[in-house]
Amino acid sequence: MSGLLKTEPYIINIGPQHPSTHGGMHVEAVMDGEEIVDVIVHLGYVHRSVEKIAESRTYTQFIPYAARLDYMATNLPAWGYAAAAEKLLGLTVPERAQYIRVIMGELSRIASHMMFVGSLAIDLAATTGLLYCLRDRERIMDMFEMTSGQRLLASYMRIGGVSHDLPEEFFPAINSFLADVPRMLEEYNGLIIGNEILQARCNGIGILPAETAIAYGVTGPNLRASGVDYDLRRDDPYGFYDRFDFKVAVAQKGDCMARLMVRLEEIEQSARIISQALEQMPEGDIIGKVPKVLKAEKDREVYHRIESAKGELGYYLLADGTDKPARLHVRAPSFVNLMVLPIISRGGKLQDIITNIATLDPVLGESDR
Amino acid sequence: MVLKKPVPPASPDEDVEQLARHNIIVTTLEKLWNWGRARSFWPLNYGCNCCPIELLAASGARFDISRYGYEVFRASPRQADLLLVAGPISLKMAPVVQRVYEQMPSPKWVLAMGNCATSGGPFRDGYSIYPGADALFKVDVYVPGCPPRPEALFHGLLELKQKVEQGNY
Amino acid sequence: MIPNSNEEAINQILNSMDHRVQPYEDPFFQGLRVEPADLLQLMLLLQDQAGMNYLADITATDRKEEFEVTYHLYAIPDNQMKIVIKTRVPRDAAELPSVFTVYPTSDWQEREIFDLMGIRFSGHPNLVRVLLPDEFEGHPLRKDFRKEG
Repeated sequence: MSGLLKTEPYIINIGPQHPSTHGGMHVEAVMDGEEIVDVIVHLGYVHRSVEKIAESRTYTQFIPYAARLDYMATNLPAWGYAAAAEKLLGLTVPERAQYIRVIMGELSRIASHMMFVGSLAIDLAATTGLLYCLRDRERIMDMFEMTSGQRLLASYMRIGGVSHDLPEEFFPAINSFLADVPRMLEEYNGLIIGNEILQARCNGIGILPAETAIAYGVTGPNLRASGVDYDLRRDDPYGFYDRFDFKVAVAQKGDCMARLMVRLEEIEQSARIISQALEQMPEGDIIGKVPKVLKAEKDREVYHRIESAKGELGYYLLADGTDKPARLHVRAPSFVNLMVLPIISRGGKLQDIITNIATLDPVLGESDR
Repeated sequence: MVLKKPVPPASPDEDVEQLARHNIIVTTLEKLWNWGRARSFWPLNYGCNCCPIELLAASGARFDISRYGYEVFRASPRQADLLLVAGPISLKMAPVVQRVYEQMPSPKWVLAMGNCATSGGPFRDGYSIYPGADALFKVDVYVPGCPPRPEALFHGLLELKQKVEQGNY
Repeated sequence: MIPNSNEEAINQILNSMDHRVQPYEDPFFQGLRVEPADLLQLMLLLQDQAGMNYLADITATDRKEEFEVTYHLYAIPDNQMKIVIKTRVPRDAAELPSVFTVYPTSDWQEREIFDLMGIRFSGHPNLVRVLLPDEFEGHPLRKDFRKEG
């Protein structure tokens, strides 16, 4: 029979204009009937030449660009860049500023994971799920607006600390938000995760083995969902994370459902970290002693990495003695994580590509820079 | 019974007003179509980068784009009439946007959302961003901001609504 | 894992590579300088014998007469040792061996360096541009790149 019937693979194009919040990405699915033979990913539709622009900006002027890298969780990449610059320039950050950074960073992580759940729901055509996540995320946007004046892309971090102290109205807002987090998670579990169709589309789909994940440099929740217990906040601590008591969420199966459950657990743990930070935070300065012109000696370089919402976000900074860096390179977790998309999609069906992209949680702003 | 002699109207508008008092509306087809079009833009699902996140927030329950009638986002350009260019247009993306714009049937409108679509934004001196959407096609409304708040986006949409209603396109 | 065992393993590797690898001072990492020809062998030894199973980042810098390529290596999950490897290639003969066979994560990272800096990686399975359009001419991150128009 196989000699009589011949099939040829054909290519289905997904994107770069497609109804998904992941931005502009072009994915070619090479299909043999209903089965995926290969997936070819084309990036670069959101390439904004950020690394070249960094060479003509001072260290402080780059902070808004860092915030625009991962726009779902803007305080995390901005914090990572400010910390890298502080390491390069040899500056210390006061305690209160560090705690504020942790609070803002973890709020950004919660916002990013909430958007993840919402966009997973809408990618699987469960449109109502997005509305619940957006509603809860609006409370975080309000808190960002209270502190920095901007909803989405808060340039709140400064080299040496943060730009403004937390205002009076911030504390009741965040306390009521933290008190509501269990209710929100219960709602997501019931409405979105508990849905049979979503479970059928996520269970056992897109399995990523642990060795493949490490070999391809996958980090963050995607790595932890494959059973590897590695979180930079605990294993390579920065910004006082060693003072907090929190659990690192790890799942074993490595499929889409595992990646989803890991992020939901992380929302809970982030809320825990925030309440501890609020208790421990001392009074004090919000920005350290910073010279007027920021310069580092020639050929001094650093590579600083943080646990961003997507994975390991690293900044490589090289100084040349002037007030602008000679080279800035962003190690973007989304760029590296997307490399495994062909591997986890092979052998599946066309709709699994959508679920795989959604659960790998790429942000095209940082993957294309 | 005394029959009153009919008085001819002083001006065409008075004629229309007299009829309106009897619940008869007289207009041109053009005005009718524009009235309908302005109240039901079908935006295209297009966006790169940070601005579409504010667009998504605008379509959420808090800001609610549906109260203006613009919540019908279409995935296919054949069914859409409003191209909301949200985000920067990179070298690779430009032919895609151009093609999508050409695939949309007339009448169609373009709203440039955000600084990147208006003028290239903070990335203007890079090597890979077009200096605004108007480098590629005619833009009807510019909404500045980085990113513009949902309220600013609504202001832009209402400006476009006024423009379309007046037939100014 | 005992912390010192990584250091011993690295000392053994340095000895076995017959001083073709020079350690250098770095405040945050164990720094190693190597020639392009010995890069792949060093990477293999570090992965097999020193447990460095995670290549975090590859960066290329334009240093006028040469390009410098920097690799940052870690070990997941024990994270005891942090290594940075530097190698240099001349500007007019910018070619390095690809480390894809040792660390598959270098697939797209080397493509990006080829795309933006113009360094070729021999042995790479698919060395094409990744971020810029295929028709783009030039390599923007080079210091002498001029934007036209």
